Amino acid sequence: MDLTAFAAEVATDDPVTIAGLGTRGGAVAGVRCVSAPRGIEWIQADEMTVSCGAGTPVDELSAALAAVGQRAVLPAGGTVGGALAVGRSGIRRLGDGAVRDVLLQARYVGADGVVVKAGGPTVKNVSGFDVCRLLVGSHGTIGFLGDVILRTRPIAPHAAWFAAPTDDPMAVFAAVHRPVSVLWDGTHVHVLLEGHHLDVVERAMRTGLVESDGPPPLPAARHSVRPADVVRVTAGLRSGTFVAELGMGVVHAAPDAIPPTAVDPGVAAIARRVKDGFDPTGRLNPGRAA
Amino acid sequence: MTAASATPATPTHPVSGALTAADGPVAAALRSALSDDRVRTTATELGLYRRDASNIEGSAGIVCFPTSTAEVRAAVRIAVDHGMPFVARGSGTGLAGGATPLGGALVITLTKMNRILSVDPVNRLAWVEPGVLNLDLTRAVAVHGLHFAPDPSSQQSCSIGGNLANNSGGPHCLADGVTSAHVLAAEVVMPDGDVVVLGSEGGETDGYDLRGAFVGSEGMCGIATRICVRLTQNPPDVRTMLFDFDTVEAGAQTVSAIIAAGMVPAALEMMDQLCVQAVEAYIHAGLPVDAAALLLVEVAGPVHGVADEVERIVAIAREHACRTVRVAQDEAERALIWKGRKTAFGAVARIKPNYYLHDTVVPRRALPDVLRQVYEIADRHGILVMNVFHAGDGNLHPLLVFDKREPGVLERVHAAGEEIVRVSVAAGGVLSGEHGIGLEKRDLMPLMFAPADLAAQAALRAAFDTTGLANPTKVLPSPSSCGDSHEVPEGAWI
Repeated sequence: MDLTAFAAEVATDDPVTIAGLGTRGGAVAGVRCVSAPRGIEWIQADEMTVSCGAGTPVDELSAALAAVGQRAVLPAGGTVGGALAVGRSGIRRLGDGAVRDVLLQARYVGADGVVVKAGGPTVKNVSGFDVCRLLVGSHGTIGFLGDVILRTRPIAPHAAWFAAPTDDPMAVFAAVHRPVSVLWDGTHVHVLLEGHHLDVVERAMRTGLVESDGPPPLPAARHSVRPADVVRVTAGLRSGTFVAELGMGVVHAAPDAIPPTAVDPGVAAIARRVKDGFDPTGRLNPGRAA
Repeated sequence: MTAASATPATPTHPVSGALTAADGPVAAALRSALSDDRVRTTATELGLYRRDASNIEGSAGIVCFPTSTAEVRAAVRIAVDHGMPFVARGSGTGLAGGATPLGGALVITLTKMNRILSVDPVNRLAWVEPGVLNLDLTRAVAVHGLHFAPDPSSQQSCSIGGNLANNSGGPHCLADGVTSAHVLAAEVVMPDGDVVVLGSEGGETDGYDLRGAFVGSEGMCGIATRICVRLTQNPPDVRTMLFDFDTVEAGAQTVSAIIAAGMVPAALEMMDQLCVQAVEAYIHAGLPVDAAALLLVEVAGPVHGVADEVERIVAIAREHACRTVRVAQDEAERALIWKGRKTAFGAVARIKPNYYLHDTVVPRRALPDVLRQVYEIADRHGILVMNVFHAGDGNLHPLLVFDKREPGVLERVHAAGEEIVRVSVAAGGVLSGEHGIGLEKRDLMPLMFAPADLAAQAALRAAFDTTGLANPTKVLPSPSSCGDSHEVPEGAWI
């Protein structure tokens, strides 16, 4: 994909922000705004890779991949660039792995307006420092994604959500073989199983799970805790006001339900040096934190 | 094992002999911070640590063996206070010179930090020290029905700290991902002596993924002293199959067809004829020594899915003119087949005493064409080549086999090696799939990356290492040394 025009738009001097469809925070207010190129470059099903502009809607990408029986591990909605820049996995992370692992190669426009390539096009690559990992979750503070190559996965032959009432969600979690998602809302576990339909049915029956309509709706805010602390932390919350991702240490609840963890000053210092190294004048998405 | 050179390296970061001397200030400070017996300065002991498993030699100034985070921190601080470069080292199984000390650096050996600190079998994670051996962790958690997914061929001897530093792979990374996907957090002694925890056991906390940036940084961003890894449930059922073909192309096309049919086997490994012959002579497993290519496919998971995939994969192999199908009938046969794969590198010793193992990745569809070029390159240089590789992810491991006593053979091996890397990158591939860049491929980085790309990587490194003393001069070619081979030790091919 030709990124010359995109790089020229990002330019070199003034503060600049980027927005896709605005579903994950969008542009920084009051700052000149650009958008990444949109469109799927190619899909290589036998390589399990896809290349597209960062401005491509996730749902458009998903539809195109579904046509060849594959999918990219990105949460639905918004753009590919937005999903990567925010870097939050969906509730399938237990089975799918994290969003941060989906990005194989990125070409982004840096603070100096130059197109930079990070990573490589193959599914396996340890050539040099892993700038791709820094880009995922960076909220556009070190570079604006132009185009990307992503790893894809086959869509499972069968998938179904199950549920069961329980007061011991970890016992269910421990008993199921490689579920894609296990959620706990205080009264029920909700389990997503994928694979051969007979395996799905047998695994569910062994654990006393009954097929359900799908996962519960997720409360607004997302909190991170130690996986071992999920049950203890949510014990103080009213059933129905939270959904916890078991094994992942993610609790969806009201914004003030769980106090945030303080960032270690040593970690903050490294992060500051990353920002200063990649965007010394602070012109990319000014004011936004990674 | 590899072509070690007897010629000492030219120092790149000359360290004053007064600093590294047995009674010098650095050794004295280290003895005081650690203990007398865990700081080594004799020529014999230093000689043992002058290289890793690559054929690139450097020189160690002092070797120390810390047993705690506090001691690693003390060692790093002492080195930095004296302006001395330091190199973290695990088992020394790296193949790219990542742990080769240059110019009398301080080698911080982590083999004595080898405790499994905690295992949470329910949430499936463990905290380990960096010196824990890969296979030891898997053995320790087997009782819980779990394993550590990355499984390099050296897993009996390589350390998890080394896996972290190299973002190691292995045959089973096709389905489960490389080390980065299995490291949740790491406690790191930063080059400035600060101790931080990067990443977290759970969630996706705010801020940059510094954990992800640290994984695979080849010891240039700090030293991991405690590592939190994800553990993976063992599959209820595993089936291992062997297919053999009259042409390498047919084997490679079978691999692509399996993936295109929506299956991701647990492993997809291929060996060419010369390799099969060497392995068969070594393990006597009844492998077809007259086949051009042997394909090992393993599927794992719940029973019905496994049975279904076995059936479909056998059909695909037959469509691609596979000659015979062998499905392991029991665990003993499966173990034998895997032994053949994982000991392939040792088996070549029956053919020639030395080998040089390469590591590049190409798109799967380019495999047959690149392999053809690999044979042609080796032919032209008069070197024997055998191929054993992770076909599923296009990760080639051409093995150049030779006898270093033949005059001029090393030059030909290095020339052939560089050509192999060049054709891999030209085919849309990358420099390394799992061994890393280290010194071996440092000066080939411009094949893949433009100056702006390398500058971004340098910025990442600089954000972690403000001292420039953590394993310096590896991975990134310095602009001034581009095209200047004088700084690279004997044995490297650039």
